Amino acid sequence: MADVIKKATRESYGEALAELGDKYENLYVLDADLAAATKTGIFKKKFLERFFDCGIAEANMMGVAAGLAATGKIPFASTFAMFAAGRAYEIVRNSIGYPHLNVKIGATHAGISVGEDGATHQCNEDIALMRTIPGMTIINPADDVEAKAAVEAAILHNGPVYMRFGRLAAPVINDKETYKFELGKGIKLRDGKDITIVATGLMVAEAVEAAKTLAEEGIDARVINIHTIKPIDKDIIVEAAKETGAIVTVEEHSVIGGLGSAVCDVLAENYPAKVTKIGVNDEYGYSGPAVDLLKKFGLCASNIVDTVKKVLNK
Amino acid sequence: MDATIKKQLEITACKIRMGIIEGVFNAKSGHPGGSLSIADTMTYLYFNKMEVYPDNPNFEDRDRLVLSKGHCAPALYSTLAQRGFFSTEELKSLRHIGAMLQGHPCIHIPGVDMSSGSLGQGISVACGMALSGKLSNKSYKVYSILGDGEIEEGQVWEAAMFAAHYKLDNLVAIVDNNGLQIDGRIEDVCSPYPIVDKFKAFGWHVIEMDAHDFDDIERAFNEAETVMNQPVAIIQKSTKGKGVSYMENNVNWHGAAPNAEQYEQAMAELKNTLEGLEG
Repeated sequence: MADVIKKATRESYGEALAELGDKYENLYVLDADLAAATKTGIFKKKFLERFFDCGIAEANMMGVAAGLAATGKIPFASTFAMFAAGRAYEIVRNSIGYPHLNVKIGATHAGISVGEDGATHQCNEDIALMRTIPGMTIINPADDVEAKAAVEAAILHNGPVYMRFGRLAAPVINDKETYKFELGKGIKLRDGKDITIVATGLMVAEAVEAAKTLAEEGIDARVINIHTIKPIDKDIIVEAAKETGAIVTVEEHSVIGGLGSAVCDVLAENYPAKVTKIGVNDEYGYSGPAVDLLKKFGLCASNIVDTVKKVLNK
Repeated sequence: MDATIKKQLEITACKIRMGIIEGVFNAKSGHPGGSLSIADTMTYLYFNKMEVYPDNPNFEDRDRLVLSKGHCAPALYSTLAQRGFFSTEELKSLRHIGAMLQGHPCIHIPGVDMSSGSLGQGISVACGMALSGKLSNKSYKVYSILGDGEIEEGQVWEAAMFAAHYKLDNLVAIVDNNGLQIDGRIEDVCSPYPIVDKFKAFGWHVIEMDAHDFDDIERAFNEAETVMNQPVAIIQKSTKGKGVSYMENNVNWHGAAPNAEQYEQAMAELKNTLEGLEG
């Protein structure tokens, strides 16, 4: 696996903005003193006149983005997930969500893979918060290819979009020519009949890895990548429950209100099935190297393998 | 100001006040005090200042107004109705289930430029609109009205920093200094004073104005137009509940509707004022 290319999706975000800036002249980027970290600095370097630093004032940034959108621009408001979804929640809800303005929120440094900065910056709640806003689209891309495709899909979608990016380099897994990003459509990465692993973001690569190990042990696991958490692809989830029985969800997010909850919502109403959620349990993160933290929190292929076996009593 | 125009504005303002009372009375809830205190400013803006188009409310070059103190929606709605954006009959269904006129401004209502109501947010949106106008070389102006209690919200000062930093001279923020907020006098609750000095310190051009004198209102807005490279804050000294004797300077009328008897009295007073003006 030494030849696997790795790139943090925040990097993909910055690059995509810079690449798409030529094609979409109406695209503007806002940041809150984190351009070097969110990677919007890449856009700033190329399109200084379309980049506005709002300073350390996320609430105002979201409002400014709303005002830009209300006058026909396509603003990307960028900061860490903690501040975009957490601190500015009510501004996103009332000034962007309620008037359904065409604001794109680029939230980086999501999840515990923020690493050494620790709990105050490890946002495991953003998907849950954003899911409660009517009309909000939520995208959590798995890798570089998907992140870039998501940025353009967000531009082409008329309405508010929350995009979740990571700090940690993620393996590129969507590099096949057949890869196609469709907003709201899950991707079946691997077929299987014994169980389905539904993953999102950084955990998709882990799910694929886990399925390979399981196959070696005679367990045929299906793997589904849910990049769009809202609106969620109900069909692919219900189909998986019908065809494989049990579901294991994996996300670098709280088990409360994220992908696992969204999958449960779909199945409870349409096709009740056993769902086991892997995610950050009802607790805060702490400091440490990202990769070690992911292992500590069970957000890794080996824990997915163990969980699947437990579910299947094997 | 030309005497005929002034009288016409005073007549319109009185009608707008009647619409406010009509709306709040029929809704059996709402915020008459702060609505009445901005009625003259709203009248001046929509009838003598702003380029707006009742037949084409979303015309992209229009001037814009974000009512950051969104709870004073009755003033905005009554003004828009008088200006012809929709029928004054709509005011009678304010806050009713299924009605167009929501308790706080909603962007989908003709003439309403932004949804607002959660305090401190409108001024940020106004900043975005003003920045957008500059980016597109548009000549439109953006006005935003804030409450004096509202400026206790930290977001207002984030926006104040932003507006000065980006030299948004197409933005005029009006602070309605009626001195009262829900829990009492603003200096007793958690004083935002000195308001003038604060905005000056944040890099704004500050103008003080008598909110109930159209000559002074005109002077203030004319001065605002001459300012370059700086946003303008108009701090208007106003009377909460202005125009209805028993509501004036009485904090109990911040967020309460008159009963039938009180409604009759308020309408009789305003009608009397109107007749005096039309004499």
